[in-house]
Amino acid sequence: MDRSSPPVLRVSNLCKSFGALRASDGIDLDVRTGEIHALIGPNGAGKTTAINQLSGELSPDQGEILFNGQNVTALPVQKRAQLGLARSYQITSIFPAFTAVENVAMAVQSKQGQNFRFWAKARADRARIDPAMTVLRRMGLENVAGAIAGELAHGQQRQLELAMALATQPKMLLLDEPMAGMGPEDSRRMTEILLPLKDHLSILLVEHDMDVVFALADRITVLVLGKAIATGTPQAIRNSPAVQAAYLGELR
Amino acid sequence: MANSTLSRKSLVLLLGLVVLLALPPVALALDEAFFISLFSRILIYALAAVSLDLILGYAGMASLGHGAFLGVGAYVVGILAFHVSEDLAIPFLPGAWTGTTSAVIAWSAAIVMSALVALAIGALSLRTSGVYFIMITLAFAQMLYFFFVSLVTYGGDDGVNLEQRNSFPLLDLGDDTRFYYVCLAVLLGFIYLCQRLVNSRFGMVMRGCKQNETRMRALGFETYKYKLACFVIAGAGAGLAGALAANQSEFVSPGLMHWTRSGEVMVMVILGGMGTLFGPVFGAIALLLMEEILAAYTQHWMIILGPILILVVLFARRGIYGFLAGDGGRDG
Amino acid sequence: MTFFLFLEQTLNAFQLGVMLFLMAAGLTLVFGIMNMINLAHGSFYMIGAYVAAYVGHLTGSFFIAVAVALPVAAIVGMAVETIALRKLYNRDHLDQVLATFGLILFFNELTSIIWGPQAIFVPIPPLFAGSVEIIPGVPYPVYRLVIIAAGLAVAVLLRLLIVKTRTGMLIRAGASNREMVSALGVDIDRLYTVVFGLGALLAGLAGALAGPILATEIGMGENILILTFVVIIVGGIGSIRGALIGALLVGLVDTYGRAFLPTLLRALFEDPSVADGVGASVSSMSIYILMAVVLVIRPRGLFQAYG
Ligand SMILES: Nc1ncnc2c1ncn2[C@@H]1O[C@H](COP(=O)(O)OP(=O)(O)OP(=O)(O)O)[C@@H](O)[C@H]1O
Ligand SMILES: [Mg+2]
Repeated sequence: MDRSSPPVLRVSNLCKSFGALRASDGIDLDVRTGEIHALIGPNGAGKTTAINQLSGELSPDQGEILFNGQNVTALPVQKRAQLGLARSYQITSIFPAFTAVENVAMAVQSKQGQNFRFWAKARADRARIDPAMTVLRRMGLENVAGAIAGELAHGQQRQLELAMALATQPKMLLLDEPMAGMGPEDSRRMTEILLPLKDHLSILLVEHDMDVVFALADRITVLVLGKAIATGTPQAIRNSPAVQAAYLGELR
Repeated sequence: MANSTLSRKSLVLLLGLVVLLALPPVALALDEAFFISLFSRILIYALAAVSLDLILGYAGMASLGHGAFLGVGAYVVGILAFHVSEDLAIPFLPGAWTGTTSAVIAWSAAIVMSALVALAIGALSLRTSGVYFIMITLAFAQMLYFFFVSLVTYGGDDGVNLEQRNSFPLLDLGDDTRFYYVCLAVLLGFIYLCQRLVNSRFGMVMRGCKQNETRMRALGFETYKYKLACFVIAGAGAGLAGALAANQSEFVSPGLMHWTRSGEVMVMVILGGMGTLFGPVFGAIALLLMEEILAAYTQHWMIILGPILILVVLFARRGIYGFLAGDGGRDG
Repeated sequence: MTFFLFLEQTLNAFQLGVMLFLMAAGLTLVFGIMNMINLAHGSFYMIGAYVAAYVGHLTGSFFIAVAVALPVAAIVGMAVETIALRKLYNRDHLDQVLATFGLILFFNELTSIIWGPQAIFVPIPPLFAGSVEIIPGVPYPVYRLVIIAAGLAVAVLLRLLIVKTRTGMLIRAGASNREMVSALGVDIDRLYTVVFGLGALLAGLAGALAGPILATEIGMGENILILTFVVIIVGGIGSIRGALIGALLVGLVDTYGRAFLPTLLRALFEDPSVADGVGASVSSMSIYILMAVVLVIRPRGLFQAYG
């Protein structure tokens, strides 16, 4: 991690209200190049709402989002994705009728373009399938490559979704509770997969499991009632009285 | 297992093809020439249904205005022929073109015009989705319906008659049998085209949009663009069907784009098997034959058809083709 | 002269507008709350019209006719909901389109069996026959004023129902957040049936009122249904206020378009026959052009409900 380099993602004064509810209340956040930055907070704190604004699915009421120095606040989802901002969803979002490899191949295709090719068979296109298989292998999913994605086990679907995000070769990942609903075994595997990723990309990770967070995160931001109340190293966050009062205290 | 269902599917398709190929001579031998024109009509509607299935079954766009493109295609043929027979220049066009009865030109014009109309309607309708999309496509089709009703030059409500069918350089379509085979060839050609299309990169994008458009966008796909392209292709296919329909009945009227027509084509798709390329053909055969047969028993046949539709929706979603061809029928 | 014409056309527009509102109010609630597209909504309109025509013919009383038509439409609506449509709430919209398309075929044919395929013409009730001078020198048919008044009265009643009663509270909540209403432990099935019946009743009322000014015929429901769709697209799904504004807007655009566009175009085109041709085409399309414009500016309608 390079502390001197400019942040890959810089969020300032992000605000979003649903009626009277302030789901994002002036969030400031930096994610540095090559860091895993955890975003934690109790249920309903506004983590998913924040991620949705970063990815472009929700447009903020106020505030600014810079990605690699470029202002992306007004860009739609697909444009941000093309710039290298990939995401996973808290509720698994895959193509249930496709096979696993086809799911990843869609991500590969998105990166490669040529979406207006009308004639050649896509499923036989090595340029599309081979990179997808490589990613699946990296995730340990090669055995289920031919299985229908909707019929995979929950844990495998979560991994598949991460595989899709990775196959777009993003510069940054927004992961909304990638371990949600996983057993301890799958969860540990996922941790092992995520850790080496920071060699070539940055991650904003929303996660409830504190063991995972402390194992992975370089820095942590704590969100409570839409406000970022603290940011710091895991050590600093663990010892912060404010955080303990507002959040960690509940869990212990 | 996979092999036996595959062969079952091939068997069903082969049998279907043989029946369709053999139909005219058999009908003539039995002195039932009526079947040739009935099945020409069926093939034409099958073409429209296959084109609708591209957007409905593969790309997940529930359009209830497909009849509009059918009508535009038919009117292009009808208007071009009308100007020939009246020796009248076509208004709003440069030059004093008095139309044509050439199939090549007229059908191409039908395809281009319906594609353009689909581009306009699609560009607006695809700004929305879900129920909105259904209502908007329906409303735009109805707009075109009223537009053609208001064209008194072309008969308004009553439409225009064609003096004769369009002609190819060496092929006279006036003969019903020949016309039948042309319809069959066009249908099979279109299905082959779609077969390539839905399995291409573009086709995978369409299927992705149907399953999970949010995910497609999050992967970086400009889904609007691809859906619009697909909508235009489907519109062009329906326009071709319209051109054929005009030739088949030698008559064009706004009735072709009445919304019940769009509904019927949609019923064909669902009845036959949505998301398959051959399903809509079976659907068209089933629906139009059923209409013919029920109508022979009672003039109130719709009172039977209506509840059948409801039952199909509630209990038989796989459609006829899925039922006949087994699991292999799912080529989506 | 032109002012009088303008006034008359404005009243005509209002009359069309309130009819469309009666249709749109029920339909938009069914969309908004059940997330259901119901093509057969026009059938309730037709049923209302036919029952009113029939009872009116038997009894000679317009009021008895309307009084019978309303509950019949509501009961048919609730029966259809309970028997068939309820099973479709969680299906995709395509299934709903298809099944309700089947319903239309059924109702149209049933009507034709019971009352015959010919259109029925209902006389204007004697009480409301003739015209009044709304301002000196401008006569206007009383019956059309009655329709406007009835439509506005219904709008006010609906507003009271929705703002002041518990059912109304649930309807409002349901339109903006369905999950929440079921989470409140409300008997959601009953709420749905009631909403559906209410929508059918309003459509039946529109049909019964339309009888004396339009032909009562098979297929009348579908014509107004598509106009109603335009109203809802313009107004925004799930919003009663949107339905009212949308209905009046569509009424105005359609009526003005037909009344004034041809004259306007005659001033633009040299050849009057071309002007008339274009005028007829454009005015028949005017409301769809309105819809297209709204779509460009606000794809989810002028008054979209939350979400
Ligand atoms: N579209 C919406 N409309 C209205 N309220 C919303 C919407 N989306 C989220 N909310 C509300 O905003 C608040 C924050 O929700 P959010 O999903 O961002 O929380 P979260 O931190 O991701 O919670 P969790 O840990 O449960 O995933 C919640 O109170 C939620 O009910
Ligand atoms: Mg969340």
